[in-house]
Amino acid sequence: MLFDIEVKISLKSGMLNPEASTIERSLDLLGYTVQNVKTDEIIKFQMEGEDREVIRENVVDMCERLLCNPVIHDYKINVIPQNMACGK
Amino acid sequence: MKIGVIRFPGTNCDRDVAQAIELAGLEPEYIWWSEEKLSDYDGIVIPGGFSYGDYLRAGAMASITPVIEGIKELVKEEKPVLGICNGAQILGEIGLVPGIFITNENPKFNCEWVDLKVATNRTPFTKAFKKDQSIALPIAHAEGRFYTEDIDLLKDQDQIVLQFEGKNPNGSMEAITSVCDESGLVCAMMPHPERACEEIFGSDDGLNFFKGFL
Repeated sequence: MLFDIEVKISLKSGMLNPEASTIERSLDLLGYTVQNVKTDEIIKFQMEGEDREVIRENVVDMCERLLCNPVIHDYKINVIPQNMACGK
Repeated sequence: MKIGVIRFPGTNCDRDVAQAIELAGLEPEYIWWSEEKLSDYDGIVIPGGFSYGDYLRAGAMASITPVIEGIKELVKEEKPVLGICNGAQILGEIGLVPGIFITNENPKFNCEWVDLKVATNRTPFTKAFKKDQSIALPIAHAEGRFYTEDIDLLKDQDQIVLQFEGKNPNGSMEAITSVCDESGLVCAMMPHPERACEEIFGSDDGLNFFKGFL
């Protein structure tokens, strides 16, 4: 079975996010007043497998070993069997 | 003495570092990222650059290459390892030094000379200086803001090596821009000592870092 995987990586709460604060200042230059800008990174890929939980455990490993730095990042993982994806 | 200079795709300070090693009276040898056996070397420098395009995070991709296993083995043999700029980011990613270096507070590429305080001279690389001595070195990075979860531990274990003096150009915690492991033999530094090895460049304070391998 083919699974769609989505990993959403964000800075831990309270961590300074210079990209977000620069976006906030730039939007202000355009006349938009916004607050609490946050930026996340989303990595998508597909994996073949039978067991959703086994796939999830693999993706957790990927996050801990490469995709994230646990010192500064939180991550959320979505594992969706392809035939259950929206619109399919 | 043979000092290995690690090269990843995107490393760009390797030749400057090799030149500095020669000026210090040592023999540099380039090592490609796929090498794992480093036991012939008396020390290692991981030079600056943009390994693997800084994808994911600066140093993230380099941290899982075979040469890292070789470096970890050398550390077990108590051989000195110096990581400069991108090399410092890599040492943080693999956890050989505490903390990591992330996007500057003001997210611009800082390229300038800075004044630094030698916070400890117990590492091979800073042994030629006096504790609290002021030195000048150039920095060149966009991701050099030092962050650690346990700053008190670093202070207790004398692991802070260099701190910015006068101003803190990237928002680093306690103006720290170089840290070492508990032994002091593995040192990560954002400033570029290889760019300050001859008076003609404005300072030769950097040469002592390479003489530290002797």
